[in-house]
Amino acid sequence: MKPFAYTRPGSAAEAVREVAVEPGAVFLAGGTNLVDHLKLGVARPDLVVDVRTLTSREITDLPDGGLRLGAASTNSEVTADRRVRERYPVLAQALLAGATGQLRNAATTGGNPLQRTRCVYFQDVTTRCNKREPGSGCSAVGGYTRYHAVLGVGSAMPDPTAPETCIATHPSDMAVALTALDAQVQVLGPAGERTIPFGELHRLPGDHPSRDTVLEHGELITAVDLPPLPSGARSAYRKVRDRASYAFALVSVAAVVAGEDVRIALGGMAHRPWRATRAEALLTGGPLTEHAVAHAMEVELTAAQPQPGLEGGNGFKIPLATRTVVATLRDLTAEALR
Amino acid sequence: MDAEISLTVDGVPRRLTVDTRTTLLDLLRERLGNTSPKKGCDHGQCGACTVLLDGERALSCLALAVAHDGAEVTTADGLATEGELHPVQQAFLDRDAFQCGYCTPGQICSAVGLLREVDRGWPSHASADLTADPQLTAAEVAERMSGNLCRCAAYAHIVPAVQQAGGVQP
Repeated sequence: MKPFAYTRPGSAAEAVREVAVEPGAVFLAGGTNLVDHLKLGVARPDLVVDVRTLTSREITDLPDGGLRLGAASTNSEVTADRRVRERYPVLAQALLAGATGQLRNAATTGGNPLQRTRCVYFQDVTTRCNKREPGSGCSAVGGYTRYHAVLGVGSAMPDPTAPETCIATHPSDMAVALTALDAQVQVLGPAGERTIPFGELHRLPGDHPSRDTVLEHGELITAVDLPPLPSGARSAYRKVRDRASYAFALVSVAAVVAGEDVRIALGGMAHRPWRATRAEALLTGGPLTEHAVAHAMEVELTAAQPQPGLEGGNGFKIPLATRTVVATLRDLTAEALR
Repeated sequence: MDAEISLTVDGVPRRLTVDTRTTLLDLLRERLGNTSPKKGCDHGQCGACTVLLDGERALSCLALAVAHDGAEVTTADGLATEGELHPVQQAFLDRDAFQCGYCTPGQICSAVGLLREVDRGWPSHASADLTADPQLTAAEVAERMSGNLCRCAAYAHIVPAVQQAGGVQP
């Protein structure tokens, strides 16, 4: 592991200043992803600025009836909170479907959405990867693509030598739920505070696959706000994976049904949590029959690009996503009829 | 680069100068000679390094020692009090819940943390009702212990051992 300096400043504002002026600086919170990357050589910072105790660990009621999750609250603490379990089951279920008890005790609200892809090539420093080493190419194209993206990628088998190619997926379950909940991210940066709608936090690869989010260097998440849901709203998270526990999603679905309003976010499908806006528009106001949902998802997935690769590639994700959304909405609707 | 930290390990206060890169696991094993937490994968995937960090189960391989200045660490080695085994340790013996034993200290620390989580009503992915008090069924134990691998596959005895320690008849 490359040597690094470590500091724990006296305040979040001080931490932001320290990171902002040092290009080789990173924030450390729970460390579950960063410490692994330090060992793998994926992250090679000169300075590690520890913010684990510098933001709020509290979960507090907001005046509008929503909840504020302090960035330092752990994933365990969020799922243990009765208000989260009762009012935002999609979030509790997403967190509980991810990682393990030990990891959830360390991982934080601010850190979980910023965890990096588990693309095997990104994590292997002996391979070419535009996300890890901009301009070096993409080793995933035509390789092991089972966990890779089908949405937000230009074509099946994009040019592996092009500097913009990246078919990685975002691994966070929590982020998929927060996308469906229209959460708001509170950010402190060198220029002051700003609020980012959660759905705009993560990026598609675009011309800069190395950038996962719109956060600038030195910007720190201080809290995530959950807006209130209308009374009678129901929500759920459904995750399909290769093992019954402790595995990343092949496909996951976060859904919220509130009166006429239907919200669907997909995990495991793209470089960021994927809000299925086209399907939502088709389903809003209409009956959520299996036929209608399947049709809406077919429209949503028209642009999907199955990636060929080892063990048959990842084309299976396209019908799997549709079936998973159908099942999730069927369960939510059945719950409403009970 | 070095930093000075204070820790309490199995009840004993320690003051150490550590390289900032040192994980809690390496500190325990290499500096303090406490070999009960094991280095399995060293990447947070196997659970063999599980300890209790300020009372909650944690992976010592993914914790930088310098970031846990002031923490209270309990390893499987520190669970017994005055020669009396911890109920989870006793249950592992009673149920023959290990074969080679390499993963056992991590399994035991994880189970101690798990039982406290269940006592506080924390749900799991296996809980049908997120708001009901969780029951210590075999499915609940298996889900909650999924971060502790046993390559001898002693799971069939580990699950009832955890249930027994939790006061449930397996």
